[in-house]
Amino acid sequence: MMAALRKLIWVLFAALLIVLPLIFRSSLALTLLSQMGYLIIICLSYNMLLGQGGMLSFGHAVYTGLGAFMAVHAMNLATKGALPLPLVVIPLVGGLAGMFFAALFGYVTTKKSGTTFAMITLGMGELVAAMSLMFPGFFGGEGGVTTNRVYGHGFLGLTFGPQIQVYYLIAVYCFISTALMYAFTATPLGRMLNAVRDNPERVEFIGYDTQWVRYLGFIIAGFFAGIGGALAGINFEIVNSSDGLSSVRSGGYLLFTFLGGATFFFGPMIGAVLLVFASVLLSEVTKAWLLYIGLVFLLMVMYAPGGVASLIMMNVRVAAFGKLKRLLRPYAVLLLTAAPVVAGGAAIIEMIYQIQLNAASGSKLRFFGVDLDTDSAASWLGAAVVLAVGLAMLEMSRRRFAQAWGQVQEEIEAEIKQREAD
Amino acid sequence: MEFFAISLLNGLSYGLLLFMLSSGLTLIFSMMGVLNFAHTSFYMLGAYFAYTISGTIGFWPALFVAPLLVGLLGAAFERYSLRRVHKFGHVPELLVTFGMSYLILEVVQLVWGRATVPYGLPEQLQGPLFTLFGTQFPKSRSFIMFLALLMLLSVWLLLTRTRIGLVIQAALTHPEAVESLGHNVPRVFMLVFGGGAALAALAGVIGGNTYVTEPSMAGAVGSIVFVVVVVGGMGSLAGAFLASLLIGVLQTFAVAIDQSLASGLQAIGVAVTEQTFGYELLKLSVAQVAPILPYLLLVLILIFRPKGLLGKREG
Amino acid sequence: MSFALELKALRKSFGKTEIIRGADLAVAAGERVAIIGPNGAGKSTLFNLISGRFGATSGEILLNGQRIDGLRPFEISRMGLARSFQITNIFGRLSVFENLRCGVLWSLGYKYAFWKFLAGLDDANQRAEELLHLIKLERKRDTLAMNLTYAEQRALEIGITIAGGANVVLLDEPTAGMSKSETSRFIELIRDVTTGKTLLTVEHDMGVVFGLADKIAVLVYGEVIAFDVPEAVRANPKVQEAYLGSVLADAQAAEAGH
Repeated sequence: MMAALRKLIWVLFAALLIVLPLIFRSSLALTLLSQMGYLIIICLSYNMLLGQGGMLSFGHAVYTGLGAFMAVHAMNLATKGALPLPLVVIPLVGGLAGMFFAALFGYVTTKKSGTTFAMITLGMGELVAAMSLMFPGFFGGEGGVTTNRVYGHGFLGLTFGPQIQVYYLIAVYCFISTALMYAFTATPLGRMLNAVRDNPERVEFIGYDTQWVRYLGFIIAGFFAGIGGALAGINFEIVNSSDGLSSVRSGGYLLFTFLGGATFFFGPMIGAVLLVFASVLLSEVTKAWLLYIGLVFLLMVMYAPGGVASLIMMNVRVAAFGKLKRLLRPYAVLLLTAAPVVAGGAAIIEMIYQIQLNAASGSKLRFFGVDLDTDSAASWLGAAVVLAVGLAMLEMSRRRFAQAWGQVQEEIEAEIKQREAD
Repeated sequence: MEFFAISLLNGLSYGLLLFMLSSGLTLIFSMMGVLNFAHTSFYMLGAYFAYTISGTIGFWPALFVAPLLVGLLGAAFERYSLRRVHKFGHVPELLVTFGMSYLILEVVQLVWGRATVPYGLPEQLQGPLFTLFGTQFPKSRSFIMFLALLMLLSVWLLLTRTRIGLVIQAALTHPEAVESLGHNVPRVFMLVFGGGAALAALAGVIGGNTYVTEPSMAGAVGSIVFVVVVVGGMGSLAGAFLASLLIGVLQTFAVAIDQSLASGLQAIGVAVTEQTFGYELLKLSVAQVAPILPYLLLVLILIFRPKGLLGKREG
Repeated sequence: MSFALELKALRKSFGKTEIIRGADLAVAAGERVAIIGPNGAGKSTLFNLISGRFGATSGEILLNGQRIDGLRPFEISRMGLARSFQITNIFGRLSVFENLRCGVLWSLGYKYAFWKFLAGLDDANQRAEELLHLIKLERKRDTLAMNLTYAEQRALEIGITIAGGANVVLLDEPTAGMSKSETSRFIELIRDVTTGKTLLTVEHDMGVVFGLADKIAVLVYGEVIAFDVPEAVRANPKVQEAYLGSVLADAQAAEAGH
């Protein structure tokens, strides 16, 4: 039954990839979907390190970036006719580049684990980013390297000029990469990577060299990172070292993979979707979007370290025991009382941002259909009151919810014990 | 000779500033096993707080008030946020400090803007302290050195001579044993974290006006401080001291050297032209390579001496 | 006569403190040896030295005639020596079955393969099932290891230890923290799973020692002061003076029926 369910999910995934751009036809939607496509690959490859291997990396952008650079150079060489590579295999060039550099840098990087590993990846990331400025020939200096993805004879009649064709290229790679990375989790190396995450010392006592397991996992993750980076390069037709290799970008992968959920395979996929929504849509709506992301991340780490995926799965478990209905009302109240907290807090933050960044355009701003004036005390007071009242109500509804949740969990535990005893 | 002496002094003062930062980081790491990603953010806050406070009550009071404020903030963060996450393990702890650093950066940009702020030196610290071989050595850098050494001395005295210091030392390796003796270990952790934050802020107060105060200052010095800690050996204060000075001096010297491998080769008679293989690499002057030297050192240490220079505790 | 495990003039110092001060031991294949000694004698350190967790300061350790001192734990493990830990050391977020399967993978030659599926490795899966039955945790096959009870985790600990088919097994206080009934059941388990293998076990419970061991090695202040059959050790005046001269030990031994 589980196997049939799993097959169904994969079929649904493929169907979604095929059908979504046909439903949402705007060019904005297509941009979003294309970015989600390769970011899913990147975030999944990142989680191979974090969620599967317990390796926290602050320098993953090195491998996506180098993959992108290699891909772009390959495309330029192909355009000149020096390299007979059709566009459809360019992502593999990126993948091989990612793999090569992961093998090169990874040996030293994986010598340590845990916190030290994280610091090393940070240092390596800075090293590569700094070095990129020294080799403008390869890295294109401040302007980066541009390319044209329409070259040669195309592929089966596709020139890959129109965005929709690029999207389907990305979608194909996305599906295959996801399938391969999922398959990896069920192989000996994949499982030993999990073992290294849980207990690196014990792994040595069952015959495995912990560093080799990490190193090989690192290389494979680098391969997929390179593919993702190459697709990004194809998508934008430009790659830039200050952006593509930066620690800010690495931090973004980390943040959103964690937000999506590092403990489940599909968590990073959610994270990738959130990343695109946040960086493309949310950034348009408010200048404070980074602050909001930071707050959400901080709260997630403190209260839901398994990310969105774990929240979903916890509720799926509750539903599987038929108790979800009882939680619907507490959930509704929780969300209702959270609304004024978000509204009040966001209003204050937006007003502060208005003063700091938009002073030239005056003191008024529109906030969800309400006119706020940074000069008027009423706006500030009103927002503060909404926030304060909301916090009080939220605390009350949170306690009620915690009670209901706790009750449900107890009952589920009891039922599980019962089933075991039978 | 003049170049050597002045660069050495500059390097030492920069290295001591790095040590002020890396020592707090090492203390927190040794005790709590947490690498505080937000440590350099506290450095930045110290600079910005001092900038605002010196605008009202002057620099010298700011030297005490700013670290105090940041210390309180750090302690509050430990109490309400970090402590919550402790039970999830080291990775979430690191992540929560990462999130905090993100947040602090955004708030700083929000309140003080994205441009450099004119946080200047007070009158007493402007100008040269002495002139050596015709080049001046500024009072501000001497003050950094003085402050760093004073801080090192007081922390050492605190840890070895006072009662609370002994408790902290014990809690460094055996927190449960210390707790079972009746000491309030969580409070000790909060104090150490707040103390570490205050030290970072102190470095910021004096570093911010000697060098520059801008939103990117946390990130710029952050990765170097982490390199210092890894190169020195995770958890070793002496190692951090050695590594800070080494990197401080190395970078200061390197930035001033305009020679490159190409010019070196040419000096001994080897012809190097644009067609020579690896010309791009050869023509890089040492000054151009200077920013990556700490990271190169990191890689070398990891290959040849992974424990770090004086490391004992595994990360 | 070749020995399964030999220690020759083994020494270990931590800084200035010498913990192991010239330990000598020669264990024949198939022997079951219990290592006893007062607290602080260095028993766990000895195991750590043998299994490669720490490096020796001087001296030799031989496994089936080959030097293993200075080798890394995984190298020693691949040569046929396995150990369990006093503080349970399992893979918390993997299921019981997965834990056991991880233990067998290297010995069956699968190494770092990422081109095969675990589900298709019949021999690995079969061996893991056998182990599951051997340690009597069939009902907890898919439970996450961190959700087991203490005794179940100790059983899993043993299971992982013997999974790789090592013929020299080191068990570090396997019954630590168990109740009387759990302990006696556990001794049966240990006897079953280590038939035909060379066994070294550190134990404090004299009942376990006299019930399980062919020979007893007594470690005092980092030296082996006696290594002989239980009756001889009990009669040894040096041992009596150092360790066994207590009413409690006598009572425990009497209970074990020796």
